[in-house]
Amino acid sequence: MRDPLPQRLGESRYFWGLSRERLAVAGGLLAAAAAVLLLAPIEAFASAPQDAANPAYREFPVVGSRVIMWVTAELHLMFAAFVLAVPMFAVIIEIIGYVSGDKRYDALAYEFTKLLSVSFSFTASLGAMLTFLLVVLYPALTDYLMSIFSWTFFPYVALFFLEAIFLYSYYYGWGKFNPKTHIFLGIMLNLVGTGIMFIADAWLTFMNTPAGISETGELVSLSAAFMNPMWMPINIHRIIANIAFGGSVAAAYAAFQFLGAKTDEERAHYDWMGYIGNFIAIAALLPLPFAGYWLGKEIYAFSQSLGITLMGGTFSWLFIIQAILIGNLFLAANYYLWVSMERIEGAERFRPYIKYLLIVIAGCFLVWATPHSLVASVEEARKMGGAHHPVLGVLGVMSAKNTAVNILILTTFLSFLLYRRGNKAPTVSWAKAGNIAQIAIFVSVVVFVTFLGVYGYFVEASVRIGLSVPQVLSVIFCMIAVTTIDVFMYRNARVTGKIKWGQMSARSQYALFFIALTFAWTMGLMGYVRAGMRQHWHVYGVLEDTSVDAFTPTLGYASNVVSITVLIFFVFIAIVFWLAGLSGKKAWEPAVKAGGEPGEEGAE
Amino acid sequence: MNVLVILAIIAVMVALRFLKPTIVVWAIAWWFAVFAMANYGIDPPVPTSVTNMFMAIVTIALLAYVTAAEGRMREAGESLVAFFTSKKYFIPLVIMLVAVPLLVAFNVYSSMTTQPAPPAAGRTIHPPPPATVSFKGRTVDLNNDVNPYRHLEDDDSEAFAQHVDNGRRVYYENCVYCHGDNMAGDGHFAHGFNPIPANFQDPTTIAMLQEGYLFWRIAKGGPGLPVESTPWASAMPAWELFLSEEEIWDVILFLYDFTDQRPRAREVHE
Repeated sequence: MRDPLPQRLGESRYFWGLSRERLAVAGGLLAAAAAVLLLAPIEAFASAPQDAANPAYREFPVVGSRVIMWVTAELHLMFAAFVLAVPMFAVIIEIIGYVSGDKRYDALAYEFTKLLSVSFSFTASLGAMLTFLLVVLYPALTDYLMSIFSWTFFPYVALFFLEAIFLYSYYYGWGKFNPKTHIFLGIMLNLVGTGIMFIADAWLTFMNTPAGISETGELVSLSAAFMNPMWMPINIHRIIANIAFGGSVAAAYAAFQFLGAKTDEERAHYDWMGYIGNFIAIAALLPLPFAGYWLGKEIYAFSQSLGITLMGGTFSWLFIIQAILIGNLFLAANYYLWVSMERIEGAERFRPYIKYLLIVIAGCFLVWATPHSLVASVEEARKMGGAHHPVLGVLGVMSAKNTAVNILILTTFLSFLLYRRGNKAPTVSWAKAGNIAQIAIFVSVVVFVTFLGVYGYFVEASVRIGLSVPQVLSVIFCMIAVTTIDVFMYRNARVTGKIKWGQMSARSQYALFFIALTFAWTMGLMGYVRAGMRQHWHVYGVLEDTSVDAFTPTLGYASNVVSITVLIFFVFIAIVFWLAGLSGKKAWEPAVKAGGEPGEEGAE
Repeated sequence: MNVLVILAIIAVMVALRFLKPTIVVWAIAWWFAVFAMANYGIDPPVPTSVTNMFMAIVTIALLAYVTAAEGRMREAGESLVAFFTSKKYFIPLVIMLVAVPLLVAFNVYSSMTTQPAPPAAGRTIHPPPPATVSFKGRTVDLNNDVNPYRHLEDDDSEAFAQHVDNGRRVYYENCVYCHGDNMAGDGHFAHGFNPIPANFQDPTTIAMLQEGYLFWRIAKGGPGLPVESTPWASAMPAWELFLSEEEIWDVILFLYDFTDQRPRAREVHE
């Protein structure tokens, strides 16, 4: 039996649980707030007093320059991430459909692509707003960045044109080209999009780890400034994170449609789409921490001061919040898989194992979220002998956290394996040996990862951080080896039951919403950390921030700004979902009066 | 660790297994088991801030477990309804209805009658060092300079031992009063400070830092902490006023030698 909320959602009076009247009030308030900002007199953009003719800063009314830049940049990034990520997995799904001949994949890829058109316009609009704000509010910084990167703007614009051409030809050309030509367009769309991101990444990473400039800040080498120490780690980290984020938002779209679906066919389709979107998100999430380690290591290598500010100093507590968010992501991803197993006939035999998986996940989550320096009263600190707890303190360092994350990843992978096997029984003669081999690989890798984690406490810090590499490699080896055995072991497997697509509880769909929301929140938080760790520098060590905002806001304030940004993003993305759903609606027809004549009001 | 408390928790959980309770009772039992473990099983006790975070995670995990399967969800719903409606549970229900408000009242009472205490330290973090510091007219590059006597460890062990001995002298003449005989942050004056002095025996303090960082903290002390992330709380004097550069590098050698730890090596950009 389905929960009552989706039924209510289906009623016209309600939208996301709000009545039309309340929606109207909320919309009115939002519109009023926007009007205050947009219609504020131009004098409100007060110049900084230092030089009336050429001010270094101008002040934005009401919320201030920093907040408006912060929110706009983050919204632009979120939409850009989505627009760059969706074509990546859309084209892969299209290729799977083309190779396998299964039309469902083609339809799914098209459904994902439908979300792109409006999102692209939003991204461009927010990008334009970001540029205008930068020019108006931070003219001195803009001048300096132009003195370094002006020649990179032209290829950026050229690639943007190409992006528009490839995106719209890919979207509008669906089914109108030869499949190979269409796939080629999709691949070109991805290449061009990645190129755009790489250029923009050079600008922002230069602000953190400037290179290729003289001691007085003049450009010496554009290539060195472009390929500064943080550039490639950010590129890789963003590509992976974009896929995870894009997959989660696409899964949230599927959940949105699932909850409003009228027929079993629709429910089955959107259930499947949600599953694929979530699979993409979690598959990309698994290697993301490793890309993050590399990024952190390069920041530390560039400047000990930046590294400490990031991981041990002012911003270290944001990493505890990040650990809680990502721990919740893993928990929600596993939860979705466990709930999904309810719709697979035969999967109930794996149900008893879930409690053990949960214990491991919760244990790893607790280790990951344990801070190094604890918030404690004086009395508590005295009992502990300092800010570090003699027992828990050992959990607060990278050795313990790396170990916990790696085991968390392996546990999530195990949940997926159980899901995959739900309605299948192997028919190969070596199935028992295969299972034993898989268990042996799992156990040996967990023992190896744990051993390295413990060993890390007995070696010098940089060696300890280096141990994360064999930990990561062993986990990747485990996933590849176990998957390979599984693929061959379950080839020609006997199907023991059906997958009843569409027969999912509503709470599984809310888990998808939660995952998308948490991804967005994490992205906003870490975006703030990446920019904020420069503290009172626009360009670290080169161009100092002398504005009224040259201070680091409190964690609570920063969290509030990030939260509001995420809320705005989801309001925008709800508009995207609505617009994307319009194409499937019936065409407008005039209402028919009782006498058979068309009326003035259109039929709903 | 309080072994007796841990054994008692395990015994209760094992005993519960024989009673075959409902999923709701299991979930509650697990919640209290973790709560008791965090509060009474670990010595010294875990700070309240961490316990709260742990319990939030455990609550989410237990909710996920109960709702991840239709059968468990149904069982939980039925047992909750039965608890509130069945005559069989009348006495436990009354006990719960009385106990919960009493617990809340007790919590309010105990929080209103505690002795005044300084607020919890909400931000205990490593201060970020500057890229360079000026030491008696000389610029020390904290990112790239190394301890000038560290190489003697491999090149001339006798000279290295002399520097360590000099560091020992400096430590026991100047630092021992706060950081303690054993460098555990428990010297004679330690009780007068908030936060208390750093515990160098903790493998997560000086072992996590490069020697340049220690040079900066010793030379500049509390007054030299950065302008960012203020306010700082440190009673550490600026030892550049009392010690030579060599004495500071020597005492750093001694800190690592005495605690049998290695300084963090510099990261190499790849």
